Amino acid sequence: MKNEDFKDNQTLEDLKELGDSVFLTTVKDLLKWGRSNSIWPLTFATSCCGIEMMAAGAPRFDFARFGVEVYRATPRQADVIVVAGTIVRKMVPVLKRLYDQMAEPKYVIAMGACAVSGGPFMYNTYSVVRGVDHVIPVDVYIPGCPPRPEALLYGIMQLQRKIKAEAPALRTSEKNNKK
Amino acid sequence: MSKDVVTNIILRDDEDYIINMGPQHPSTHGVLRLEVCLNGETVKYVVPHIGYIHRGIEKMCEYDTYKQIIHLTDRMDYLSAHMNNEAVSLLVENALGIEVPERVKYIRAALNELNRIASHHLWWSAFGMDLGALTTFFYGLRDREKILDIFDESFGSRLLHSFVTPGGLMHDVHPNFRKNIMEFVKYFRKKLPEYKKLLTDNIIFQNRTKGIGVMTKETAIAFGVTGPSGRGSGFSCDVRKIAPYGIYDQLEFNEVLYTNGDSFDRYMVRMDEMVESMNLLEQIVDKMPEGTEFTAKMKPIVKLPEGEYFQRVETARGELDVFVVSDGKKHPYRMRFRSPNFSNMFTLNILGRGLKIADLVAISGSLDLVIPDIDR
Repeated sequence: MKNEDFKDNQTLEDLKELGDSVFLTTVKDLLKWGRSNSIWPLTFATSCCGIEMMAAGAPRFDFARFGVEVYRATPRQADVIVVAGTIVRKMVPVLKRLYDQMAEPKYVIAMGACAVSGGPFMYNTYSVVRGVDHVIPVDVYIPGCPPRPEALLYGIMQLQRKIKAEAPALRTSEKNNKK
Repeated sequence: MSKDVVTNIILRDDEDYIINMGPQHPSTHGVLRLEVCLNGETVKYVVPHIGYIHRGIEKMCEYDTYKQIIHLTDRMDYLSAHMNNEAVSLLVENALGIEVPERVKYIRAALNELNRIASHHLWWSAFGMDLGALTTFFYGLRDREKILDIFDESFGSRLLHSFVTPGGLMHDVHPNFRKNIMEFVKYFRKKLPEYKKLLTDNIIFQNRTKGIGVMTKETAIAFGVTGPSGRGSGFSCDVRKIAPYGIYDQLEFNEVLYTNGDSFDRYMVRMDEMVESMNLLEQIVDKMPEGTEFTAKMKPIVKLPEGEYFQRVETARGELDVFVVSDGKKHPYRMRFRSPNFSNMFTLNILGRGLKIADLVAISGSLDLVIPDIDR
């Protein structure tokens, strides 16, 4: 198409003037929009919060509305790991391995008091990890014991906001290295 | 020693082909790890590895007062939270000789039966999903929400309520409690034929469960398998019948027994138990006394006299036993839980040997395991 035939020449002029930055930013926005609306979680439920996570996927709450479409059984196909339940010391290597096996970009939601801080199992016990952020970096914390499915939905919406706001190049693991 | 216990001994070989199912595996319903030895696709032996969710609840109980322990028992078998609470509550009440009001007993029984139906709902959903029938997941959880609404209205929580305490209840139930139960029973009686049509009568489902994982009555007794899994083998082990607690001796209900002991019979026991629970709920709502009393007079901090105490209750998965050694202080000296899932799980090796690996999923699904209850 010739330059004269194209009706909206102003946009192209702007693009020429600004270099490729405007164009790329738009693509990045599109990328972030797509990424934030198709977060597939990993089926990783250690205890009670897993039941509320199942309830969130069930007809009443139906978090497929938010693009959290299907649970993936393998970490290689999952975008977000919802740590639903207590993590004990024997489970730590498994959790770390699952996180490492997930493809970039990857996100972590700590669901429930146990995953946030140890919760009811914070004191007087010898085996519980006090917060999953000792093991893997966490993006969103959801308090509650267990959190209601509405709380999980809200947490997922916060994660979507976070994905839309962050620069796509800056991934979870890189953020980690910067620390 | 029974013959089955002898044959449970596992002989490992260096050339065995071992595959690990779990700890992160969708069909183990949590973090159970099964070490499965395969010959082609046939299972040679299964070794369950536990401890991936061991939180030290029994040790924690030694630092808590009896009313605080209630909140930890919820988190063991989270699908039968009320029954777990009631186990500790009954133990403390029996030890101190406290008589709770009649109304409280009826409310507790109603909560138990509601919780049992909710638990069986979730099991039905997940069992269907294990065998590849995703629709059951949506149907089961849709109806389960109706029960959770009743809980939500009265206690403000959906799953873990910590509602039953030593001496009675935390607070009174919502005025709509009775009406809601009647509405639910009416609703669910209409839905059960749908369940039957969808899964029970399904020929694929029947082929995958009938004759699979046969547990003899001897195995059930030798391994201490209780609850619906034991009753599927003809082992009469319903604590509500053999050692009635609360109000159960004044209610009429049948103990559901099936005799084949395969996965399908364990399935049928649970389906029939849901009907029995609804019959119980109707009786309870009819007989429940009017009034507002919800607790007996109790001191804020309870001290059990020196000695040993024991209490058994029937949860949705089997017999839960609580054993306490008290030295007269406000904390127990030792608290021990005998969880039903622990015994049920160790039959996996007996049931799964010689079958295909896909059948192992059907068997572990039909045993209805809750892993945090095994590890505590």
